[in-house]
Amino acid sequence: MTSAPGLWAITRRSLVKDLRLEWRSKDAINSMLFFALLVVVIFSFGFDPTAEESRKIAGGLLWVAILFATVVALNQTWTRELRNQVLDAYRLSPAPPQALFLAKTVGNFIFVSILEVLMVPLFVVFYNLRSVGPLWQLLVVALLATWALVVNGTFFAALSIRTRSREIMLPLILFPISIPALLAMVDATTSILTGDNSPYFWIRLLAVYDLVFTTVGLILFETVLNAE
Amino acid sequence: MRDVVRHFGRFAALRGITADFAPGQLYVLLGENGAGKSTLLRVFAGLLAPSRGSVSVLGSENIRSVATRFGYMGHAPLLYDEMSAVENLEYFAALYDITDRQRCEEAIRTVGLDPALERRVGQYSQGMRQRISLARAIVHGPELLFLDEPFSNVDVRSAKQMTTLLAKMRDTGTTIFVVTHQAALMEPVADECIVLDAGRLVAREKGIPARMLTPYLAEESAALRRPAVTGNAVEGNALPALPGSFEAKS
Repeated sequence: MTSAPGLWAITRRSLVKDLRLEWRSKDAINSMLFFALLVVVIFSFGFDPTAEESRKIAGGLLWVAILFATVVALNQTWTRELRNQVLDAYRLSPAPPQALFLAKTVGNFIFVSILEVLMVPLFVVFYNLRSVGPLWQLLVVALLATWALVVNGTFFAALSIRTRSREIMLPLILFPISIPALLAMVDATTSILTGDNSPYFWIRLLAVYDLVFTTVGLILFETVLNAE
Repeated sequence: MRDVVRHFGRFAALRGITADFAPGQLYVLLGENGAGKSTLLRVFAGLLAPSRGSVSVLGSENIRSVATRFGYMGHAPLLYDEMSAVENLEYFAALYDITDRQRCEEAIRTVGLDPALERRVGQYSQGMRQRISLARAIVHGPELLFLDEPFSNVDVRSAKQMTTLLAKMRDTGTTIFVVTHQAALMEPVADECIVLDAGRLVAREKGIPARMLTPYLAEESAALRRPAVTGNAVEGNALPALPGSFEAKS
């Protein structure tokens, strides 16, 4: 007879599986990249800012573009679990539901981080950006902000997975609940780029947001997974 | 199970089913489409909760607590199309704390496939996917097995191999429930058949009675049989002329 496996072992296995599936299909990365690229190019046609103005608006433009692109990726990662009803195989197993949630969140974090690595240089070029504040602070904001987007997104994408119009349902649920995080990541980024204010309040807010929503996600995910 | 009812909205898929099942037996669930066979299996496996009544599996009403002891094969293959058979089985075996690749390969061999096949499951034929799905369901060595339409899209030879495997598993003590419309395939190995109709359990019989093995009564077969054509005459029940048809003259 077999036993119930550990949380971290299954998280690692599920993460490797998701990375492998994405590497082979490129569903999430491709759709995210094209979408984000379109947003950046269209924004650059819509605005013609000076260097000073760029520093003030770039935070908002960047994070809104990433938020929209993230939604595209989030739908893809769960759609793959619905094909062939593979999610049922996980539900039948003794593996902890939280492991699937963690693996999906970390996987999405990696995908969105790759997107950011590719997008930021484009933003710098298109908007002629030079940061006044230290770059390491931007890195901290990027990590916390990305986690905030994907931890909520992964949870609510799982919640809307069985609804008929899930592509519409996800933004409807996700965007309102992401407003505090969006506000924090935009203001923190703008503060660092312009060097006008200290970003620490917003960074702390992001950290608390991440902690709260990661905990809530871990607690409630079993109910979401087994909902009929 | 005691007085199990399962509703989907207003529709009652199961209507008060009460039954006990002995271990080490091979049960075949028969019935028309929509009779409630698949729903019953999903309730057993804990994928659906009953709207009313109680289900006890392997002595526990908490089905999740016995998840390591049963296997389930559904209508869909429950496999990732973008991974090979071994990769799929390695992942699903890991969910049961099995990290032995040999065991996964053995399960694939057991269902008559070659574990060395590099092809992704999405490129397999439907029948091969069914067999890999069976391998996934048995890779952790369950003592209870739920199989929903295991022979759909499987050729007769492969279906017979699968039946032989199920018989062997039953003989070593595994309890097996098979939902199928191909009763004849299960006839040599079935211990008991359970007939459902409109969500109700209407019959339980030892083995599979002969009347359930053929889809037609003798008179129905005769009525459907093609009339023999002799010369210009059509014997038997000639089909009536279709409206707008005409007689061809040479």
